[in-house]
Order: sequence, then C-alpha cells, then structure tokens
Amino acid sequence: MDIKLQQVSFAYSMGTPFEKRALFDVDLMIPSKTYQAIIGHTGSGKSTILQHFNGLLKPSEGEVHIGDRVIVAGKKAKELKPIRQKVGIVFQFPEHQLFEETVLKDIMFGPMNFGVSEEEAKKRARELISLVGLPDSVLEKSPFDLSGGQMRRVAIAGVLALQPEVIVLDEPTAGLDPRGQREIMDMFYQLHKEQGLTTILVTHSMEDAAKYADNLAIMHEGRCVLTGTPREIFADGKTLESYRLELPRIIKFQQKIENLIGKKLSKICLTEEELALEIASSVRRESDEQ
Amino acid sequence: MMEKMIFGRYIPGDSFVHRLDPRSKLIFVFAFIIVVFIANNTITYGLLLAFTLFIILMSRIRLYFLINGLKPVLILLVFTFLIHIIFNREGNIVFEWGFFKVYEQGIRQGIYISIRFVVLVFVTSILTLTTSPISITDGIEVLLNPLKKIKLPVHELALMMSIALRFIPTLMDETDKIMKAQMARGSDLSAGPLKDRIKAVVPLLVPLFVSAFKRAEDLATAMEVRGYRGGEGRTRYRKLKWDWRDSTSLVVLVALSALLIYLRT
Repeated sequence: MDIKLQQVSFAYSMGTPFEKRALFDVDLMIPSKTYQAIIGHTGSGKSTILQHFNGLLKPSEGEVHIGDRVIVAGKKAKELKPIRQKVGIVFQFPEHQLFEETVLKDIMFGPMNFGVSEEEAKKRARELISLVGLPDSVLEKSPFDLSGGQMRRVAIAGVLALQPEVIVLDEPTAGLDPRGQREIMDMFYQLHKEQGLTTILVTHSMEDAAKYADNLAIMHEGRCVLTGTPREIFADGKTLESYRLELPRIIKFQQKIENLIGKKLSKICLTEEELALEIASSVRRESDEQ
Repeated sequence: MMEKMIFGRYIPGDSFVHRLDPRSKLIFVFAFIIVVFIANNTITYGLLLAFTLFIILMSRIRLYFLINGLKPVLILLVFTFLIHIIFNREGNIVFEWGFFKVYEQGIRQGIYISIRFVVLVFVTSILTLTTSPISITDGIEVLLNPLKKIKLPVHELALMMSIALRFIPTLMDETDKIMKAQMARGSDLSAGPLKDRIKAVVPLLVPLFVSAFKRAEDLATAMEVRGYRGGEGRTRYRKLKWDWRDSTSLVVLVALSALLIYLRT
C-alpha cells in the first residue's frame, strides 16, 4: 500500500489565537513494501507527520493518499477505521496504552475492535507473544506486573495483532537497554522482509536509519528538506549538520580511516560488516598492486 | 479536541490588570460578585456593564477569549432568560400569541439577569486570563493565612491546588496521546451506540489513572529528595507586592458600590 503526502500542511488549534503550525508543504512518497526512515531533530514535526498516516490528524492543507483512500484538507473523512487496521502505529512509549487485566486480553483488544473473532484473536496473541520474545506464561499475567521492557513488547504485539500492511514506528526503542533495542529493531526488520510490510520508522537515531532504511526523509522545522537513499544523504555531512543532525557513527569512522590512510574507499558503508569487508578488499587490492 | 478549551487559560501580558497583585485581584473579584447584586434598575445595570467593559479595556484581553469563556454557560443563560420571559407576569403585556403572553417585567428581568450573568462570567474569566495559576494560589494562600489560627492547613491546601493546576495540561496531553493510541488500535470514542462508547472509555481511563498515580509518586519522591517538609518556616521565591494600582482598584470598587447604592431604587 503506497502512502503519498502532497503539499501537506498542518496547524494545531486551527483558527484560534493559539494556532501553531507544525508542518509546511510536505511532499513525501512511500512506495509499498519499502523501509522508510523519517529523521529529524526534536520539534521538527516527525510525530505530527506520522499521525497523518492513518488519519488521526487531518491535513490543514493538501492531500494524504493511503492506498486508494484520499484524505483531503477541509473535507470530512468518514470511515477511517479500515485505514487504521491497515496502518498500525506503534507510538512512543507504547506501554502507556496497556489497560486490560491480562496480557492476552490486551493483545486481543485491537483485532477484536476490527471484528476479528475471539479464537482468531487468541491465536494471533499466542503467535505474537513469542515473536516479540516473551514466554507464553506472560499471557495470563497482568501487564502492570511486567517490567518496562516487557510491557513495551506486549504493546508492540498489540499493534502487530491488527496484521497491518503498513507499520509506523515512533522511536520504538527509546529508553530500552542496548540489547533490547537491537532485538526489537531486528524483529521489525525481519517482519518487514518476511511479511512484505511497508515500514515507516520515525527516529533520531542515524545508526538505525543507516542500518535498516531503504529511503530517508529529513525533517527540519516542519519541512521535509531532504529525501533519498541513505548513501545519497550521508554523502553530504555538511548539509546534515545544518539541520542539526550528525552522520552515523560508522560513517564518521569510515571518514577517519580514509583520512588516516590518505585515500577514499570505493563506497559509503552503512554497517560495521560492510565497512570491514570494504577495508579488507581495499587492503588486498593494494597488496596486489605491489 | 482538548486544545480548543480556552476557559481557565492564562494569557501573559503586561496590562494594568496583569500587573495587579493577585491578592487585590482576588479581593476585587469576590467583592465584585457581591456588588453585582446591588444593581436593580436600568441605570445601575448599565453602569455595571459599562464598568465591566472598562475592565476589559484595561486588561487588553481580546474579546474572543471572553466570548469563548461564555460558551459553556450559554445554555444556562438562555434558559434563565426564557424562564423569566415565560413565568414573569408583572407589568403590561408586550406580546401575545394564544396562551403565550410576554410581560414587560419578564423581558426586563430577563435582560437584567442575563447582564448579571455575563458580567460575572467576564470578570471571573479576566481574573484567570490575566493571572497565572501560581500567582492565584499564592494569593489565596496569603489571604487565607488568618485561618491558620483555627488550624486550617492553609499551606497544604494551596500546595494541593497549585499541584492540581500544574498537572492539568500534562494530563490533557496524556489523555490526547492515549486516546490516539487506542484509536489507532480501532477503539472508537465518537461513534456507535452509547453502550459501546461508555465501554470505549475504559481503555482511556485505566492508563490515565496508572500514569497519574505514577506521576504523583515521582513528584512526592522528588519533593522529599529536595527536603520539602511542609510550610513551616518556608520562605518565598515570588514575593507579592502591593502598590498604588492595587489600592486604586479597590478604592474604585468602593466608589462604584457607593454609586450603585445611591442610584438603586
């Protein structure tokens, strides 16, 4: 399902003296089954933009295309519910949305809102609890007896239970320990590949964006200022800096090595493995020449 | 949807009214509420209305905010006006339509009551619009200080009030966030039969309560860590200052009530 924003502007408290514009003329195309990262400094409008992807916010100007649905500014949009089943959002600190008596019921809440039968919802919950890396025994516990990290995983399972075609992630690993962060990000990437999900990751971690995303969009003060593949965007560190963003550590590391050996490697590497291989092949080439 | 709420909001500024001491503003408003009831004829009500307009001008608050503050009580206003029109049977008949008779006094009293209502709402709105919640609680604490003699925990009450006021916006934001998260999971607060809608409140309230209690606990810890031990011997960071503006405004109010008493019938 493609998602397309056309000239989208958004203002909070429209028409009151407290009106505050958060988005200006944003154009963004997210093709089906791609992994899109949206990066920006705090207050750049990332969290506002993601609420447009399932109609939680309606644009003040412009159009939002979600699959074959179009949400146009100024027109009443009816029946947004089907969109919300297809576009799942994992909000920042999703553990705050847990409310049921048991983990099982909480995971079932979403699907049952969309008319999925109880048995089917139960089945999904059982599958998902192991997918997010928790033991089956958790299902019968109260979500409030779990640790913060476990609650996060339960909440994520609650969104995945909708079986969306598009999954939007807002800083899904904020506040987790490094291992938990990696596990969750890897899980989403695996889902993205295996189930052909369209994944939209809203983050300020350049490392995650470099590692997983097919396309990046840089937000700055409510505008989408830069789009492209990670390699295209990370080739120009100066521009990024002007948007108060830094290059990923791995690329800074590559630049240091290049300065040290006094020559450029043949491409920009986005992961440790890639960089290691690149350095190795560069060294080999050099010794071959001698 | 929460962001549309104007009532009870503070709008910073530096008008005459903004710069008044919260104590004088509080005394003024409470006294004014009583003074409003002195008026009983066209001249006195006109005077009240003119005086309120004068205060609005002095506060440089845009009329938009005041009109908005009126919206929640609009039904009450219309209702009392209609009650007077329908049930007051004094004076000449102005208008007749079958059973339905409208008397002169009915219209007159209806308008008087409406003016009273509008004036009260405007003046109290101006108090909250021009005074930060913190100043209001400071003012209340100082004004209630004499009640300490009868063992009323004035400081604790003021603290509770300022904490409650402080967390209203936070809780509003929180409500908005959780509502959106549950809507993203297909819960629908605005559609369907009443029974379903009431059921849809549970996924909103439970997380809200959980986070409110957590927040309260964190706050208590943070206060204790910083050595909070009640109001005993506590000094103030914000000193209240009473100057000529405050005295003037109270003198003006006394003059107004004297004039109203003189002019009433």
